[in-house]
Amino acid sequence: MVFDWQYALDILPDLLRGFWVTIQATFWGMTAALILGLAWAILRRSAIRIMATITAWVVEFIRSTPLLVQLYFLFFVLPEFGVTLSPFLTGVVGLGLHYSTYTSEVYRAGIEGVPEGQWEAAIALNMSRFHIWKAIILPQAIPPVIPALGNYLIAMFKDTPLLAAITVMELLQTAKLSGAETFRYLEPLTLVGLLFLVISLLSSRLIRKLEARFAQT
Amino acid sequence: MPPPLDLLPPLLSGLAVTAGLTVGGTIVAAVAAFTAGLAQLSRRWYLRIISIVYIDLFRGTSALVQLFWAYFALPMLGVELSAMATGIWVLGLNIGAYGAEVVRGAIQAVPQEQREAAIALNFTPRQTLWRIIIPQAIPAMLPPFGNLLIELLKSTALVSMITLSELTFQGQMLRASTLRSAEIFALVLVLYFLLAQIIAFIIRRLERKFAVGR
Repeated sequence: MVFDWQYALDILPDLLRGFWVTIQATFWGMTAALILGLAWAILRRSAIRIMATITAWVVEFIRSTPLLVQLYFLFFVLPEFGVTLSPFLTGVVGLGLHYSTYTSEVYRAGIEGVPEGQWEAAIALNMSRFHIWKAIILPQAIPPVIPALGNYLIAMFKDTPLLAAITVMELLQTAKLSGAETFRYLEPLTLVGLLFLVISLLSSRLIRKLEARFAQT
Repeated sequence: MPPPLDLLPPLLSGLAVTAGLTVGGTIVAAVAAFTAGLAQLSRRWYLRIISIVYIDLFRGTSALVQLFWAYFALPMLGVELSAMATGIWVLGLNIGAYGAEVVRGAIQAVPQEQREAAIALNFTPRQTLWRIIIPQAIPAMLPPFGNLLIELLKSTALVSMITLSELTFQGQMLRASTLRSAEIFALVLVLYFLLAQIIAFIIRRLERKFAVGR
């Protein structure tokens, strides 16, 4: 059986609509991951020992279990506790939570890269803990790790097809439905692969440029 | 058995399939990573091109999309694989593409003098690679390989979506018949976590073994 170009062209508008959902899920998921990951990273440096230890274990647990199972957990278990989110929102929470454990490691590397003297100087100047984080540590810790965070943005983008498992009509789910209608999976799935390939390759090139820029300064 | 441990026996059969997928995938990934990693450093341009196309293709698309493509689209081109074989090949090649970069990086990090010394001692290029370069590159490969193995373990859950009855699939089946979602998925997550800890433990042991004599 050969590739049917006419069919591929016919389903393209539907696929692009699904692709838009994929992009939105990536955007909101990454926003959540960036905020939550920072929270994990700061909690891990908490002065309260037990807090830091618990955070480390929670992050390790989320990191080493599959995103798919976490999505199922959120999708099927939250409603039992009276929290009913739309599939899309569930997916964004799942992506954000899972990737926050990766971004927190990146932040941690950035924070540890700030010389200890900066902490000591800030304490000597009698700054509050909140103020030290906001004005001294984070402005120095975050810029160098932006390229590494960008790599996780691409990784998350490639994981959004998992949302198909919890009925979000993103790119892969749209392709599956077109395939199920016509019994032709070759064209929709190949187009999905190509769309991912193009975006991933373009964005990894962009990140390499970013890395070069941050390496110069 | 007390709840939720009464759910354990049906999940354990899925756990065995997950373990099989992980082991099979690891073998494919290791071979692919070394082949593509070495090919990227080859002097023959066509080997470099082939390995770059392989790496970009598998790293640039999504693992789930690759699984779907291999399971649903590939038969239309005349290649039909079982769900288990699809899982092992696709996940192995996927992780192998990431592993190739690890192999390449570790080999490039071996000091140039080691190569020069091997040439001076009249080693053949093959001897230099296998006796001098690779043994020194392995300690640098181990930590990133460990992370990749855990990624491989996690990605085996995706194979449930092409109907292979591994751990996640068994969890879904059990949920359909008992509706005890919270207990089941919590238990499934704990089982994956334990498997990941086993992998991390093995890698740490290997790291210690290869660190001897350094």
